[in-house]
Amino acid sequence: MRYLFRTQYRQDIALWRHNGDLVWYGLLTVLVLIAPLLLGEFYIGELGAVFIFAIAGVGLMLLVGYTGLISLGHAAFLGIGAYVNAVLLAQGVPFLVTLPLAGAFTALCGAAIGRPTLRMSGLYLAIATLAFGSIVGTVFQKWTAVTGGFDGFAVPTPYIFGIPIEGATGIYYVSLVVLAFVLWISANLLRSPTGRAMVAIRDSEVSAQSMGIQLARYKTIVFAVSAGMTGLAGALFAHYVRYLAPDAFDVLLSVQFVTIVFVGGLGSLRGAILGAMFVRLLPQFIAVVRDDLPFGIGRLPGLEPSLFGLVLVFVILFQPGGLNGMWLKIKQWFQAFPFKRQTSFRRQKSYAKSERLR
Amino acid sequence: MIAFQAQDISVRFGGIRAVDSVSFDVRRGEVFAIIGPNGAGKTTIFNLISRIYNSTSGKLIFEDKEFTHTPAWQIAGLGIARTFQNIELFPNATLLQNLLIGRHCHSRVGFAAELLFLPSVRKAELRHREKVEDVIAFLGLEHHRNSLIANLPYGVRKVVELGRALCIEPKLLLLDEPSSGLNVEETEGMGFWIEDIKKDLGITVIMVEHDMALVNQVSDRVMALNYGKVLAMGTPQEVQSHPEVVRAYLGGEVESVA
Repeated sequence: MRYLFRTQYRQDIALWRHNGDLVWYGLLTVLVLIAPLLLGEFYIGELGAVFIFAIAGVGLMLLVGYTGLISLGHAAFLGIGAYVNAVLLAQGVPFLVTLPLAGAFTALCGAAIGRPTLRMSGLYLAIATLAFGSIVGTVFQKWTAVTGGFDGFAVPTPYIFGIPIEGATGIYYVSLVVLAFVLWISANLLRSPTGRAMVAIRDSEVSAQSMGIQLARYKTIVFAVSAGMTGLAGALFAHYVRYLAPDAFDVLLSVQFVTIVFVGGLGSLRGAILGAMFVRLLPQFIAVVRDDLPFGIGRLPGLEPSLFGLVLVFVILFQPGGLNGMWLKIKQWFQAFPFKRQTSFRRQKSYAKSERLR
Repeated sequence: MIAFQAQDISVRFGGIRAVDSVSFDVRRGEVFAIIGPNGAGKTTIFNLISRIYNSTSGKLIFEDKEFTHTPAWQIAGLGIARTFQNIELFPNATLLQNLLIGRHCHSRVGFAAELLFLPSVRKAELRHREKVEDVIAFLGLEHHRNSLIANLPYGVRKVVELGRALCIEPKLLLLDEPSSGLNVEETEGMGFWIEDIKKDLGITVIMVEHDMALVNQVSDRVMALNYGKVLAMGTPQEVQSHPEVVRAYLGGEVESVA
């Protein structure tokens, strides 16, 4: 087991806890950088999709996992980002401009939805964002002059400094860079006052207010940041699917994002990435084993959504920490070997909170 | 020298007058205790001062500035900090993070700077950390620095909440039942801290308290409430021997309220 001896305050706000972290993350970086040389086109495409979903997952994680607000409308933000990027590209605007613009515009949309829902939480917020999602979906369908309606339209090939970003590998690298950027931004946010304000709002709004945290400001900011990141993911998603059609951005996609956050583990950036891996790779896994399942289970319609639902229920019931929690437990088990105790991961019962000041 | 003034404040919930034209002054540097039976309106007064409730009428004045209509999140910036009766910490954050949240009203860095974690943000963070460490040393919480609040025992949480309020560097501290849920020893410790807060840090304290031993130990003046009205005000001894107060606690006819 490694004991950290902190001798300076700045060690506590560093991105790496110790040099060991740096080594492992460096190794991971090298691995994902050379992956296209080792893996086939199909796998790189799927890995790129994992990155894209992880970007959106990190965005939603800030909202759900750190601020305690729920959104069932993030597919709409993904769609807005995708359409803004694709439409601008078709107008001849360079990709290096359309990508940030897609993020910025989606962030504005996020602030616009965050503002009127300030006083909502839990189920009510879920319903409000669900409604927002279906409104945006309808706009995608009906505004044929811009979106092409149900016919959809082909997303033009992006160019960076004259180099075409083509095929799975191109999107893979761009997504990797954006994911790294989004993670860096999120980590910075979480170690500064805004990040702490988010956690405060999640845990107790009334005392957050008494600490001088302006709820309206921070909720709006978080909605904007979360939507903006999802918009960035959307811009990349457009290039991943290559052909935009409005039915790609339905409620099921929003539920997939929520699954990323819950299965990955609330309140952890690593969880968002693990969750994205799970959500993208489970369908592939099902596709592979589908024909070998007994009693024709593999041919049942709706196998995929029901498996997602089942996993979500099991995670919430038995593993509230999600994949990240599981990882932490495994790590702890090895670090403490052979001294794992039955009660190692049991939380103390919480005390009654005052209900008057909700 | 008057630090805080409540003038004729009232609040009504439907037909109930929870606080009924209560007026009191708190002098700078004193410990002012509010006592009274359950439902007397003590915590409601705190919620009025921290602007969680809107008063129906009356004025709140702190250091010659009226703040009757200031939004709740600006109260900490005025230099008024509070604790809660049933502990309102942030349970899924560490003790250190909780105390750092107490520094929030002192943070001046811009949002864009935070996103990039510019050197200015780093410097500000280190400065906040130093202030927080002062509070940790003052309350002897070093041992629990990196524990999640959810894993700490009740008695420690109570101290952490006091520490979080101190991180605001308040001029006025509102303590809502600092001894509730504490054992005799912990209550005694809380009493010493309140005395230190008054003497060493020079912070004015208003506290709601049921434990009369603690009230006698630390408070300079006491106000007794019942049914939202002031029964008596004065030194702890005067108030405790006041016939109305005795009646309110032990039962019997209460003429002034009827």
